[in-house]
Amino acid sequence: MMPLAQIQAIPQGADYIRILPELVLSIFGIVIMVLDPLVDEEKSQKTLGLIGFIGTLAGLASTWYMARQPWGLAFSKTIRVDGFSIFFNYLVIAIAAVVILSSFEYMAVQKIRAGEYYALILFSAVGMTLMSSAIELVLIFIGLEISSISTYILAGFRRNEASSAESSLKYFLLGSFATAFFLYGVALMFGATGSTNIDIISQRLQSSPAEMLVYTSMALMFVGLGFKVAAAPFHVWTPDVYEGAPAPVVGFMSTAPKAAAFAVLLRVVFSINVPGRFWFLWVAAALSMTLGNVGALVQNNVKRLLAYSSIAHAGYLLVAFAMTTPDTSLNGISAAMFYTAAYAAMNVGAFAVVSHLANAGERYVNLEDYEGLGRSSPLLAATLTVFLLSLIGIPMTGGFFAKFYVFSAALRANLIWLTIIGVLNSAVGAYYYLRIIVVMYMRESRKEVPVGPVSLGLALALAITFVATLYLGILPNRVLQVAQHSAHDLLPAASGAAGVAQNPRPTGNTN
Amino acid sequence: MVPLSYYLVLSGILFACGVTGFLIKRNIITIFMSIELMLNGVNLSFVAFAAHWHVLAGQIFVFFVMVVAAAEAAVGLAIIIAVYRTRETLNVDQVNLLKL
Repeated sequence: MMPLAQIQAIPQGADYIRILPELVLSIFGIVIMVLDPLVDEEKSQKTLGLIGFIGTLAGLASTWYMARQPWGLAFSKTIRVDGFSIFFNYLVIAIAAVVILSSFEYMAVQKIRAGEYYALILFSAVGMTLMSSAIELVLIFIGLEISSISTYILAGFRRNEASSAESSLKYFLLGSFATAFFLYGVALMFGATGSTNIDIISQRLQSSPAEMLVYTSMALMFVGLGFKVAAAPFHVWTPDVYEGAPAPVVGFMSTAPKAAAFAVLLRVVFSINVPGRFWFLWVAAALSMTLGNVGALVQNNVKRLLAYSSIAHAGYLLVAFAMTTPDTSLNGISAAMFYTAAYAAMNVGAFAVVSHLANAGERYVNLEDYEGLGRSSPLLAATLTVFLLSLIGIPMTGGFFAKFYVFSAALRANLIWLTIIGVLNSAVGAYYYLRIIVVMYMRESRKEVPVGPVSLGLALALAITFVATLYLGILPNRVLQVAQHSAHDLLPAASGAAGVAQNPRPTGNTN
Repeated sequence: MVPLSYYLVLSGILFACGVTGFLIKRNIITIFMSIELMLNGVNLSFVAFAAHWHVLAGQIFVFFVMVVAAAEAAVGLAIIIAVYRTRETLNVDQVNLLKL
C-alpha cells in the first residue's frame, strides 16, 4: 500500500517567497478590480493600466528577488523554483508588461472601458507563472485554467463586435474541450503511477516498465497542451480566434500562454521521459510547420496571416522536443527555451504594430491597408520590417538564432528529415513575410488609411521588443547560457547530467 | 466489491459521450454541457484510482476540478450571452463570421 502523501502542516516563510511573483501579480490584479468602479470613467484606462504596468514591474522585481533566494520545493512539493521556472517567470511577466504598455493606446482608440482588462492580463500571467513552476500535474491544470479563463475573456473584449464575441466563444469551447483531455491524461497518469507529482512519476516509471495506460495518458496530455501551443493537428482554432480577438490580446495570447504551455510540455516530456514519444512529436512538428506555412500563403488578413505563422513557429519549436537521449535533450531544451524568448519578442512587437495600424473597430487589418506604409510612416514600417525579418529568421535578429539552435540541435540528434522539412518550410515562410514588406515599401497606397501618432506607451513597447529582438540576434550567448544551465534542472538526475555539463555550443556566429 | 475496471469503463464511456456530444450537437449550451460531462467522466476515474491506490489526494483533486469547472461555467455562460446579443442565435453553424 502506498503511504499517504506527506503533508507539511504549515507552509513556511520560504514557501511564500517561492510564489512571490504570483502573489504580487494577484495583489495588483485585485487592487485594479477594486479600484475599477471607483475611478472616473474617462481616466480609468490610464490610471488602472499604469497600476497594471507597475504590477508587472513589481512581478519582475519579485522574480529577481526570488531568484536570489535559495531555490527549491515549496507547498508540499507542488512547486519547484529552479532556473527553468525563473526563466519562464521572467519571460511571461515581461510579455505581460509589454502588452499592457501597448494596450493603452489601443483601448483608448477602441473606446473600451478597460479596468478589468489589465487585471485579467495580470491574473492570466499568474496562471502562467504557476504553470512554469508547478511540478504537480493537478496544480499545472489549475494554472492552465487560471490563464485560459482569463484569456477567454480577453479574447472577447470588444464584446459589441460580433467577431470578437465569436472568437471568444470558439476559444472557450475548444479550449475547455482540450483541457478536459489534458485532465483525463492527468487522471490516467495518476492511475498508472499513484501520484501526480512529476518527480515521483518519473521515479516510478524508471523503476517499472511503462504500460499502455502511461502512453494513453501522455497522448491525452499532449492533446491538451498541443491545443494551447497551437500545434497541428490541434491548430484549427488559431486563425479564427486570432482574427476576432483584439490585436494586443492576440500579441499576448500568441506568446505568453504558448511559452507557459511549452514550459509544461518540456517538463512533462523530458522529466517524465516516456519512451516512444518520438514519432508522435516528429509528426506534430512536421505537420505544424507545413500546415502553418502553407495556410499563411493565401491569407489576406494580417492577423490571420500571423496566426498561421504562429502555428508554423510552434512546429519549429516542437522540433526541439523530438530528442531522445539525455545529451541531445539538453540541446533541445535550451534551444526550445531560447526560441520561446525570441518568438515572444518579435511576435509581441509585430502585434503591437498591427494594433496601432488597426484603428477604431479594427478596420485596417488587411494586407492592402499596409500599402505605402513605408512612405507614410517610415519608422513604424521599419520596425515592423525588423520583426518580420526576425520571423523569417534573417541573421542579426533573434529569429535567426532561435531557428539556428533548434535545427542544429536536431541535426546533432540525427533528425535529418525533420531538419530538411523545417528548412524548406522556413523558405516557404519567407514568402509571406516578405509579401508584407513588399506591400509596405513597393506599392502606392490606393486608399486613405489614417495612421495616428504613436503614443508614448506604444513607443516604449515597440522599443523594448525591438531591442530584445536585436539583442537576441546579436548577443544571444547570455540568454542561451541561462537556458542551457536551466536545462539541467529539467532532466531526471539519474540520466547522468554530469557528462554533458560542458555542452558544446556553436561558436563564431555572434558577429 | 465492484472492481476498478468497471469504474474506469464507465468513466471512459462518460468521457466518450461528452466528446461525441461536443462534436455532433449544434446548440452552444448543449456543447457546453458535453464538456461538463467530459470533466465528470474524469472525476469518476480520479475517485476510482484514489480508492485503488489508497491515496486520498485523488479525491481532493475532484474538488479542485469542480471548482475550476464552476469558474469555467461562469465565464462560459457570460461569453454565450455576449454571442447571443450580437448574433441572436445559439446555433454554432450560424456563428460563422470568422472563416477561411
